[in-house]
Amino acid sequence: MSNLTDLTIARAQAGLAQGDFSARELTDAYATAVEAGRELNSFVAETLDAARDQADASDRRLKDGEAGLLEGVPLAIKDLFCTKGVHSAACSHILNGFKPPYESSVTANLWQAGAVMLGKANMDEFAMGSSNMTSYYGAVVNPWRREGDSRPLVPGGSSGGSAAAVAAHMAVAATGTDTGGSIRQPAAFCGVVGMKPTYGRCSRWGIIAFASSLDQAGPITRTVEDSAIMLRAMSGYDAKDSTSVNTPVPNYAAALGGGVKGLRVGVPAEYRLDNMPAEIEVLWQKGIDWFRDGGAEIVDISLPHTKYALPTYYIVAPAEASSNLARYDGIRFGLREPGADLRETYCKSRAEGFGAEVRQRILIGTYVLSAGYYDAYYLKAQRVRARIAEDFSKAYEKVDVILTPTAPSAAFAAGEKMDDPIAMYLNDVFTVPASLAGLPAISVPAGLDDGGLPLGLQLIGKPFDEETVLRAGGFMEDAANFMAQPQWLTEGAAS
Amino acid sequence: MSGIIHGETGDFEMVIGLEVHAQVASRAKLFSGAPTEFGAEPNTQVSLVDAGMPGMLPVINKVCVEQAVRTGLALNSKINLRSIFDRKNYFYPDLPCGYQISQYLNPVVGEGEIEIDLADGSSRTIGIERLHLEIDAGKSVHDIRPDATHVDLNRSGIALMEIVSKPDMFTPEEAGAYVRKIRAIVRYVGSCDGNMDQGSLRCDVNVSVRRAGEPLGTRCEIKNVNSVRFVMRAIEYEAARQVEVIEDGGTIDQETRLFDSARGETRSMRSKEEAHDYRYFPDPDLLPLEFEQSWVDELAASLPELPDARKARFMADFGLKPYDAGVLVGDQDFAGFFEAVADGRDGKLAANWVTGELFGALNKVGKSITESPVTAAQVGTLIDRVSDGTLSVRLAKEVFEFMFESGRDADDLIEEKGLKQVTDSGAIEAVIDQVMTDNPEKVEEYRAGRDKLMGWFVGQVMKASQGKANPAAVNKALSEKLKG
Amino acid sequence: MAIDKATVLRIAGLAHIEVEESALEGMAEELNGILAWIEQLNEVDTDGVEPMSSVVDMTLPQRDDEANDVATRDDLLANAPETEGGFFVVPKVVE
Ligand SMILES: [Mg+2]
Ligand SMILES: [Zn+2]
Repeated sequence: MSNLTDLTIARAQAGLAQGDFSARELTDAYATAVEAGRELNSFVAETLDAARDQADASDRRLKDGEAGLLEGVPLAIKDLFCTKGVHSAACSHILNGFKPPYESSVTANLWQAGAVMLGKANMDEFAMGSSNMTSYYGAVVNPWRREGDSRPLVPGGSSGGSAAAVAAHMAVAATGTDTGGSIRQPAAFCGVVGMKPTYGRCSRWGIIAFASSLDQAGPITRTVEDSAIMLRAMSGYDAKDSTSVNTPVPNYAAALGGGVKGLRVGVPAEYRLDNMPAEIEVLWQKGIDWFRDGGAEIVDISLPHTKYALPTYYIVAPAEASSNLARYDGIRFGLREPGADLRETYCKSRAEGFGAEVRQRILIGTYVLSAGYYDAYYLKAQRVRARIAEDFSKAYEKVDVILTPTAPSAAFAAGEKMDDPIAMYLNDVFTVPASLAGLPAISVPAGLDDGGLPLGLQLIGKPFDEETVLRAGGFMEDAANFMAQPQWLTEGAAS
Repeated sequence: MSGIIHGETGDFEMVIGLEVHAQVASRAKLFSGAPTEFGAEPNTQVSLVDAGMPGMLPVINKVCVEQAVRTGLALNSKINLRSIFDRKNYFYPDLPCGYQISQYLNPVVGEGEIEIDLADGSSRTIGIERLHLEIDAGKSVHDIRPDATHVDLNRSGIALMEIVSKPDMFTPEEAGAYVRKIRAIVRYVGSCDGNMDQGSLRCDVNVSVRRAGEPLGTRCEIKNVNSVRFVMRAIEYEAARQVEVIEDGGTIDQETRLFDSARGETRSMRSKEEAHDYRYFPDPDLLPLEFEQSWVDELAASLPELPDARKARFMADFGLKPYDAGVLVGDQDFAGFFEAVADGRDGKLAANWVTGELFGALNKVGKSITESPVTAAQVGTLIDRVSDGTLSVRLAKEVFEFMFESGRDADDLIEEKGLKQVTDSGAIEAVIDQVMTDNPEKVEEYRAGRDKLMGWFVGQVMKASQGKANPAAVNKALSEKLKG
Repeated sequence: MAIDKATVLRIAGLAHIEVEESALEGMAEELNGILAWIEQLNEVDTDGVEPMSSVVDMTLPQRDDEANDVATRDDLLANAPETEGGFFVVPKVVE
């Protein structure tokens, strides 16, 4: 039998069901991996003792034949999820010491399904970033290395700790959240699967808000099948979230297989960027060919407002964030930096507590909402957003799913792209449009770039048609037959 | 109180608009399931949502929406089938999220109008600009420690209806009548208990002044005034202050002011000095509030009788004057008490007894109508004893005083104290004869043509009968006997 | 330049974030760069387009009027930097 930490959710569950190993053994194996992988900085809080208790409880349920959907499955939980009595800080200094007296709905669903929490995963501060460099707890190291280059690479972001943990086999799977690409882009950078469901599918209750109209939780896993299994456990209507949609949660795993014959796959012209690396172009074409060969119908489509998605996002998201982050004032929780009076206490606490990226986005957001600018920026952006969403609905008259690259490059080295914020924003150029339209999308590792780094392809579906996205994703996964492993696993932790 | 201020350089008029914040009568808060109990220990009526904990989300309370719509209907206002909740962003320690959820461009209730009744018997129509739903903030307590402010979030998240008038009022009296009318309406509807002492109803008063015929001046907003009397005094003070500033060559700054009820003056609020830019935008945690016209129609059909309808009915059924009827219906409890007294009796008589004797007595001891020691039925019986001649009005007032002190029935007291009016002609004649015998010279004078002495004789007879003689019978018998 | 140092100060004031005088210039420059890039939205014809504030196609769900969700005071105050007598405590507010 292979190493326990190499197993997918599906395999681990089969092994647990057959009694090949116990949930406790599985968790112990991961606990060892978590401890051995500390130099990757994937976790900002380890909860290994509690994990062992959870695993023991899983073993009892397994014995009693009461196993849940994720019984005994050890997970990393993004630090954006509030977990009762456990460090929950959105990797920001402003939430210094915060231990919520409540559990987010999504993680509550996971524990209900029998999952085990290994710890809280590192992330960009308040999910603002595409490299995990903005975390108050330091950068995460991507378990992948460029061939012949020992420089550490970023894991992508904002769910960088989650993606790195899954890629480095320090967790079977992880939760992520995606506001503009924060599940899909790090998944692509780390060679794993990341799925953002339709906005409204997973409850936002108890997830620290970045941009409320965009934030959506989803799974980061090693396979599409695992994403299907985990998404089912995470999802569901929640009366505590006014934007939660009350539709039944299907058995997503059942949607897998069956091929793509007759599936109409859209290829948007506007995603062909001028200076996109050739290997991404090539990979995208490969993806198109896989689908064509599988019997799908390839349809050239146009999403004319694609180019405007990023600037739209960089108005809408900071605007909402500037308001969502106003509650961090050093009064009811978190960091307080004393000043001469109340106002100074506010201003010092927030200057000290928020990192540079967060401060900058708050300022942008404050500016675009301020008197005299609201119409020109915020309202304009919401109108363009409507046009972007309209592009998609028109496209879905002709296609069932849309195929694009996930990101315009593979993982880059820490420090690259840091001087120009817009160059950093461009990481999300392919993921942001689906976020603005609230659509389900998945990133599947599909190949390697010239430096041997993983690249992802993205599939975007119709609202609440996660099943088609997963079915197409599963097909693509099989076609790509992505077997490469990060150096962290092949060469050992010390390399 | 006139609305004209005679300045040194001429006359100014005041223009007044009011924003009334009425706490919605509901068990739970607007966007959370925390209770709304008044007077609880600090921070014991708070949900994690009201405290703005990370990741907490609002979900709207159905009953609060319903109450806002019912109130809007009672204000004769347009009900908007689609409205939007916005965030009003500003920092304050008792505003946990750093924004208030309110409604800005698309409120649930739009324009309308109400009638107010003035003491001179006239009435005026005042425009309603809008009614919107919003959350209340918590409470900052400044006097526990000299160096700190203490924050209690019990009120945080409580549903408020902000009812905004048009700048349609020109005297403090009109403003007072407007507040009383709003208070009456929300209490009739049952959407707010109208309790100003507990802050369930508070007023922000916008005051500006201008010389006759000139456009509107710059207004100042006086925040959180919590009684009708204070609203009127604050307006008076503020308008006079503004005239003084203008006449001294200054200009009025648009600002937020505080009414200091102890000193009877308004002053600038330092904490609100900072230029406000609230950065309103639609709350992305909430969706548009939408409902059907048919639901609104159902609510309209089930509204109780409102003050204006009741006033019209009182005028028609009981012959009351508009102002009296207006005062009576202004308070549901008064109106209910009055109706019970007036039922099957002379309405004007009932109104006189209730608004005169009863209100006077209650005022004297500082009790409300619901604490009245005499019931409506008891007052009714007393009036009946006047109508059936058992009591003279004077005696009845005496009986009423006993009733108010003891809470006992009129008939018991009449019996016990022997206060029954004497109508028996034999007994009255005997008294008259005695008076005439004792005062032969007055009889002479009368008979010689001094008609005015009639009053003196009546007085003597009444005195001799200890007030119990029926005045009409006394008059009749006296004039016959004096003729000789 | 759309944003000068004074504007940065004003925005930072609204956002209640202290900014060092020495950082103003650089921040103004950065913000201007981002705003200039955002300006390209003006190329999009949005006449008659309703602003989109939510992607979910449904109306606001409404909750029953039940007082069934109150935090214990301990939970409420547990993470606060300063409390006293059941209150949150902040530096003196002058009214
Ligand atoms: Mg107001
Ligand atoms: Zn208000």
